[in-house]
Amino acid sequence: MLEPVQKVGRSTLDSLQKLGRANLFLLHVLTGIPDILRRFRLLFAQVYSVGVLSILIIGVSGLFVGMVLGLQGYYVLSDFGAEQTLGVMVAASLVRELGPVVTALLFAGRAGSALTAEIGLMKATEQLSGMEMMAVDPIKRIIAPRLFAGIISMPLLACLFSMVGVMGGYFVGVGLLGVDEGAFWSQMRAKIDFYDDILNGVIKSLVFGVVVTWIAVFEGYDSIPTSEGVSRATTRSVVYAAFAVLGWDFVLTALMFGED
Amino acid sequence: MVGDNTSLLKLDRHVRGYSMTGAFAEADILVSIRDLTFSRGTRKIFDGVNLEIPRGKITAIMGPSGTGKTTLLKMIGGQLRPHHGSVTVDGRVVHKLRLSQLYELRKRMGMLFQSGALLTDLSVFENVAFPLREHTKLPESMIRDLVLMKLEAVGLRGARDLMPSQLSGGMARRVALARAIALDPLMIMYDEPFSGQDPISMGVLVQLIHDLNDGLSLTSIVVSHDVKETATIADYIYLISEGTVVGQGTPEEIERSDSPWVRQFMHGLADGPVPFHYPASDYASDLLRSRQASQRSSL
Repeated sequence: MLEPVQKVGRSTLDSLQKLGRANLFLLHVLTGIPDILRRFRLLFAQVYSVGVLSILIIGVSGLFVGMVLGLQGYYVLSDFGAEQTLGVMVAASLVRELGPVVTALLFAGRAGSALTAEIGLMKATEQLSGMEMMAVDPIKRIIAPRLFAGIISMPLLACLFSMVGVMGGYFVGVGLLGVDEGAFWSQMRAKIDFYDDILNGVIKSLVFGVVVTWIAVFEGYDSIPTSEGVSRATTRSVVYAAFAVLGWDFVLTALMFGED
Repeated sequence: MVGDNTSLLKLDRHVRGYSMTGAFAEADILVSIRDLTFSRGTRKIFDGVNLEIPRGKITAIMGPSGTGKTTLLKMIGGQLRPHHGSVTVDGRVVHKLRLSQLYELRKRMGMLFQSGALLTDLSVFENVAFPLREHTKLPESMIRDLVLMKLEAVGLRGARDLMPSQLSGGMARRVALARAIALDPLMIMYDEPFSGQDPISMGVLVQLIHDLNDGLSLTSIVVSHDVKETATIADYIYLISEGTVVGQGTPEEIERSDSPWVRQFMHGLADGPVPFHYPASDYASDLLRSRQASQRSSL
């Protein structure tokens, strides 16, 4: 009779415990900041593998998302004879929402899962333990550079996504569907505000960068050190990151654009 | 009456500067473990373990799989905390050290993991150089010399440019050994150094452990269940089972022991104090029960 209730209680306690561990873990990682400042080389290597290697998938996805926005936007706007505002529509949706959110989701799949698997396997093969025994703190040496590489890369990738997306929208709207080029750009420049739109988008992607990379490195570090454990942790890393990004997007959007 | 005599003898030795277990003089002891208790969940791994590791010697800790031999090494290295009792290394209680002090102590400890635990994204050379680069500010030329010296000692100077994935199991352990001695430690802990090795690499490792211990005046702790190889190099052996020390002595003393458990372990007998069967309910009634169950399900 009581068993289901006990199960709920147990899993709630487990989740709370994990949340606590994740927060302590983050605090520990933050103590690694001085080490990173002293050894930029470690950070650069990670920015390369986490950020630079994600450029292709982010760029291609951005291009197609922008092209689809151009097509769909044109069909809706032309009904009202407002196709000249296509540039505004494409740019606003990219800079405010799609840029940060889709980049974060792609990043979780491309880089987050790789981070989780890498760290989980390092744990399973005793590399982290071995480092501890060599008096090297793996959280400072391995985790901290990866977390900060993610935080640095995400806003840059999101900007790239939006930029390529706008180009895609321009190509479809102006190039294929015949929207006036001058109107496309001038409307966009008039309506897109640097602080309200672009800066808010960058702040969003910064938050997503912290959340996605934090989840990825923590899931790897906290994984059960077996092949099954690492595979589960990798799945969890992507799923939790997706939930967290969408949830935080709602909260941030409500805070940033809620009052008007 | 006999018991009284031995305890008096122990007390006498203690007063005269001998250690608690009475095997070594106090000053010769590097690691001392007192009354160690540790459990995982409800399972007790250690229940009042006492043992001492003498300086400059090779001490073996042996016992069946799953008796927590690796756990013991992790406690000496401060990666796990005992629930009761203490672990003292070179006069300092490990689990009472602050993190920075613990890391200082670890620089003087080498540990050889069962898997080697080499960093897979670094070459053999960089793996051995890793502790030097992390903890010293030596110029590159000196790091190169030191790494080559350490690799030469394990016979793998020629393999310095290989990646860990290109090494055989035995070679990986030798590289890990070169890395463990990179900072010229006080002691090395070997976690199952012989398991899963072919006879030749086993012989190489036995020779290396022995030569390094003498050549670098190290203290070695070898955790193993390979009886023959370990007994040939160990100066002193502890046998652990079910959370306590069940036998100790020099290899000759252990060989002569008349304890049935020690005999079963040292000679690899299938049955004895450690039963062949995992604890289970009565065989016949177990079979009958399954027949009843299948009849019920077919109805």
